[in-house]
Amino acid sequence: MNELAPKKLKASDYKSNLKPVWCPGCGDYHVLLSVTQAFAKLKLEPENIAVISGIGCSSRIPAYTNTYGFHSIHGRGLTVATGVKVARPELTVVAAGGDGDGFSIGGNHFLHACRRNTDMTYIVMDNEVYGMTKGQPSPTTDPEWDSALSPGGTGLSPFHPLVIALASGANFIARTFSGDVKGTASIIADAIVHPGFSFVQILSPCVTFRPDQKVWKEQVHKAVVNETDDPARAARRLMSDDGFNTGVLYRGHREPYRFSCGEEKGDIMEIQKQFEV
Amino acid sequence: MSDDNNNTSVSVAMVGSGGAGVMTSGNMLLEAATKAGLYGLMTRTVGPQIRGGEAAALVRLSAKPVHCVDDHFDILVAVDWKGAERFAAEVPLGPQSLIITDPETGEVPEILAASGARIVEVPIGELANAVDGGRPNMVILGLVASLIGLPEEPINKIIAKKLGKKGDAAVLASRQAVSAGYKATAGLTSPVTVSDAVGDGTGRWLISGNQAAGFGALRGGIRFVAAYPITPATEVLEWMSPNLPKMGGTLVQAEDELASINMAIGASFGGRPSLTATSGPGLSLMMEGIGLAVSSETPVVIVNVMRGGPSTGVPTKSEQTDLNIAVYGLHGDAPHVVTAATSVEDCIFTAQWSVHLAEAMQTAVIVLSDQFMGQASTIIDPPANISFIAQRLVEEAPTEDYRRYAVTADGVSPMTLPGTPGGQYTADGLEHNPKGLPSTLMEDHRDQMDKRDRKVAEFNYGDHWADVEGDADSELVVLTWGSTTNAVREGIERLRAEGVSCKLVAMRLLSPALPDYFDQAVKGAKRILVVEQSHSGQFLKLLRANYDMPGEIKSFRRPGPLIIRPGEIVDTIKDWRDQ
Repeated sequence: MNELAPKKLKASDYKSNLKPVWCPGCGDYHVLLSVTQAFAKLKLEPENIAVISGIGCSSRIPAYTNTYGFHSIHGRGLTVATGVKVARPELTVVAAGGDGDGFSIGGNHFLHACRRNTDMTYIVMDNEVYGMTKGQPSPTTDPEWDSALSPGGTGLSPFHPLVIALASGANFIARTFSGDVKGTASIIADAIVHPGFSFVQILSPCVTFRPDQKVWKEQVHKAVVNETDDPARAARRLMSDDGFNTGVLYRGHREPYRFSCGEEKGDIMEIQKQFEV
Repeated sequence: MSDDNNNTSVSVAMVGSGGAGVMTSGNMLLEAATKAGLYGLMTRTVGPQIRGGEAAALVRLSAKPVHCVDDHFDILVAVDWKGAERFAAEVPLGPQSLIITDPETGEVPEILAASGARIVEVPIGELANAVDGGRPNMVILGLVASLIGLPEEPINKIIAKKLGKKGDAAVLASRQAVSAGYKATAGLTSPVTVSDAVGDGTGRWLISGNQAAGFGALRGGIRFVAAYPITPATEVLEWMSPNLPKMGGTLVQAEDELASINMAIGASFGGRPSLTATSGPGLSLMMEGIGLAVSSETPVVIVNVMRGGPSTGVPTKSEQTDLNIAVYGLHGDAPHVVTAATSVEDCIFTAQWSVHLAEAMQTAVIVLSDQFMGQASTIIDPPANISFIAQRLVEEAPTEDYRRYAVTADGVSPMTLPGTPGGQYTADGLEHNPKGLPSTLMEDHRDQMDKRDRKVAEFNYGDHWADVEGDADSELVVLTWGSTTNAVREGIERLRAEGVSCKLVAMRLLSPALPDYFDQAVKGAKRILVVEQSHSGQFLKLLRANYDMPGEIKSFRRPGPLIIRPGEIVDTIKDWRDQ
């Protein structure tokens, strides 16, 4: 952190001047606001943050912030973010993206990012649809949801991100609703501060291809139970999850991934001695 | 043994199914020979089995540096013959060769016996059994060492070094088994022995191509590696893993190749020179990520150790057939660099140079090696301490009008690293304007493509683009690349020793094309022989697409796993000349 910070930064100081490509009414506007509020709350310097994403509507978020960013390729945001964090452990690394990017094409990385437990935060703006390609079912879409690509629905059981995160070893697991900007900001800040891999699912409605999601704001509700550090207890709660519980589910104590690049050191001439006969 | 340079080298094949320990015998023979002042090269041929399949250690020793496998093997000794017929073609024998076999292990396979080689029976198993804890692989080590005239003392030293941690009994057993091998050669004559060895090898290096690539990369400044295991590239990663931390770096084992290339890109974005290593199937998976490195102008090095393809192909055997995908595999117009090592030793230089190129040009560099070089061990003189060190154009104090992708004269734009105040930008695979903001404007696309192309096309690669050797004004030029270079080089040396004028051009830079350098190198050629280990002639097509080749063109090519031998180059050129 830069100790010579001249002034306290407001949330708006973390936003860039670039106008988002998002549709009017998209939940992702609120997420952007929450993210920048979290940065302000934690008094982070913008240059010490890296926001990394894949491809999709929500993956556009890095360029809308005033931090360092990487808008990479579809499904690979987490891997790029892992590289940044291991190379530069002093940075605050936030990976962001959507449900198709993170759970379908990038699903394998999600499992292994949870396992690896690198100290970073992953926020997924889940709208249960591929928006950028104009309305196809994603892994979190209801099996009956009708679309041109999968008429009559996929018939597939939806992917449950929190269950997978818990089973795979994520160290902090939460769900929020994009419309609750303050609550989301607070949980993102908590997720950033918590050591290890933090996962936040943000229900973020797609007003264009999923107008049915307008009712989400009535459906979401704060979880009636407190967070836990017991994975078994968290798992039992997920068994009765209606998908609209918000709040922190699990805050664990696993040691974060322990390898990172350090200061330049050593002598190559010493290393090469191993080849001498 | 080559017919033209009598007694300058000896080639030995040690055969036995996996677990018999022939690789250990081969390695020990190589090290002991070094201590006796010799140079050597050991390659291996193995079946696809993890354990228990056919295997052979192929060792060539000489008083001069050895870079390739000879035309024939002088001595073949077998612990057993299990599956040996499957690699018979890789171990050519002739009437002058000697086969040593244990009668207990059955008949010498017909395909080997048909060579007319002299067959001598030695009770290898029995000799091993006579020693408490003795093993046949140590008996054959003694047999071979004795036949080629190697003293027993350096072998005893190597045994102590290698087996010391297993205890005195193990050391003693091995020494006694080796001794039994020595004694068993009484009355036996070898087709060839090596002489003229100088010194005791002090200061020389024993290194494999995969270690060499890792070492060159580390010396060039690589500090982050993301790794996914794949044959035959894994040893690059396994060498780097313990050595990176000594220099302040680290290695992450990734979940797949998609992850490894993108982790490397992320780490490089963070400011650490980064690398991943893989082979064909992994390279295929990495292609989209490499395109991201090109578009976002993030330096990254990909070492690709080629094996037989397509698909899973022939994972344990060498081929030069990832050239097409390395050069043309990216979608869109994506200027990047493809280099190739020209020998085991050159893996050091080419890897280090490639790190320099990636960092200096802020782009992706694919370094091509292959199974032959990667998994061959060789004795070399200590290599020059070359000075290429990763140097990236970094902006440390960006002003308000800083533009990450500013269009510059040489195409390289100063890069800010995270942590630098005022330098924030978003790297992107989307086309972007000079500030890095997404753009679909024709002008931005054109200008950014121009700059990305310019920085790669107009870079000063110097003389490193190729090894150009032999007779400068020769009308006969042999063009090749990669590990095939070594057989071609030796073939040309033999021809020149006979007074045949010949020139070698072994290309280290496969992409971008540098027509000016190339034209100079082939100027005056009336005949050009293009040599490669590929069924379809990928290298020939690359040359035809990019260069004007004067005179008559002939292609000498075949797929793996059969390597190309120096005698074949000699014969091809002589036949062509006589036509």
